[in-house]
Amino acid sequence: MANSVVVHSREHQPVVFTQEELGWLPWLEPLAEAELTERHWAALVDRSRAKSAYFRLLARDPEILEARTRTDKDIFYNTADGLPRAERELAAAATSRINGCLYCASVHARFASVHSKRRMDVQRMLDEGRGADLGARWNAIVRAAAALTSTPIAFAESHLQELRSVGLDDADIVDVINGAAFFNWANRLMLSLGEPTTLAGA
Amino acid sequence: MDVINLLAGIEPGSGLDGIRSRRLQARDHAQKSYLALFEPADFGDFAAADRYALAAFVAAIHREPAASSFYFLKLAEVEDRPHWLAALKAEIERAETEGPYGAFPAGPLSAEDKAGLIYQVANENRRVVGGGLAAALEHAHLLIFHPRDATSAAVQALCEAGWSSDAIVTLSQLVAFLSFQIRTAAGLKILGLSLGRQTSDTAAAGEGAERNHG
Repeated sequence: MANSVVVHSREHQPVVFTQEELGWLPWLEPLAEAELTERHWAALVDRSRAKSAYFRLLARDPEILEARTRTDKDIFYNTADGLPRAERELAAAATSRINGCLYCASVHARFASVHSKRRMDVQRMLDEGRGADLGARWNAIVRAAAALTSTPIAFAESHLQELRSVGLDDADIVDVINGAAFFNWANRLMLSLGEPTTLAGA
Repeated sequence: MDVINLLAGIEPGSGLDGIRSRRLQARDHAQKSYLALFEPADFGDFAAADRYALAAFVAAIHREPAASSFYFLKLAEVEDRPHWLAALKAEIERAETEGPYGAFPAGPLSAEDKAGLIYQVANENRRVVGGGLAAALEHAHLLIFHPRDATSAAVQALCEAGWSSDAIVTLSQLVAFLSFQIRTAAGLKILGLSLGRQTSDTAAAGEGAERNHG
């Protein structure tokens, strides 16, 4: 056989959703840092991403990696207008909670906490999932993210009405849609190409 | 042609098109992602027909008719054997279910484990579409409906069906990207319909006011 997977011990597998730092272990061999060409470096966008096994594995297809990275950055980091960062991260964390991506949830719950200063509410969402009561505005965002995460997609006019009733305008709603949809992409990569570990350095 | 706008029914120059353009990088790179996966300069060892067949399958099991028609048209450009297309359509019917479901790591979260369909391509259809695409359809179903059940064994099954590490990364990106593209279009379509109703309500109210003045 030309290729086969790398199997890891389950000893350090996380079993609950957490805001602590986790590591991630790839099931296929990432490219080595020494192998990276200019095309790979361009695809990584930020050179620091070469330290991550996840991004060096995705670098096996640099065209889609670069387009994906630039999509990601604009959805989450373009704060010229639209939904506050904290609530974009909440949509990402809620999507990850529902799909079951412990690694993605840990990163984006942490970001949601940092930007909102509502660490306890974020933890309640991680502990209780989509039913957690986080106040009307966050409940509306989590419910919209959950509806967008269902297959078939359950997002409907009622979700728009709820988002508008708690003060989101159309541009804010586009940020919720983008954020939840993007994490349906990210979760499936992280869940299907490797696994989380409680060893944060990995 | 921006594929998300096409699937969501967003007209160039409309209000929603204007809102989308506030995230110009995201919009342009969502489109570039589509091009990288479906119109690459080099398809490598992941053939165009397999990419379009997977996309048609993924869109159809989301039960999103616009996306499904779009990718079936792409597929028809490169694959027109009726028995082959019939096998794919038969598999779509066999694959339909509702997600996300699956098991969490054993522990406190096990209370939330939810059982669901573990999809396998039927033998008679596997013979028609080939072992490589059949393995990819099974993997796509896992990722779409129960991604938290993904294991290294699922990746190993792809290796054994002849998928290279590079092609497995592209396959994962393709299925995961479609989850994004289809959701973005579905969400924007609902928003666009709602804005359209608001616009026509406003216009109707305006006409009514004019008549009152007249």
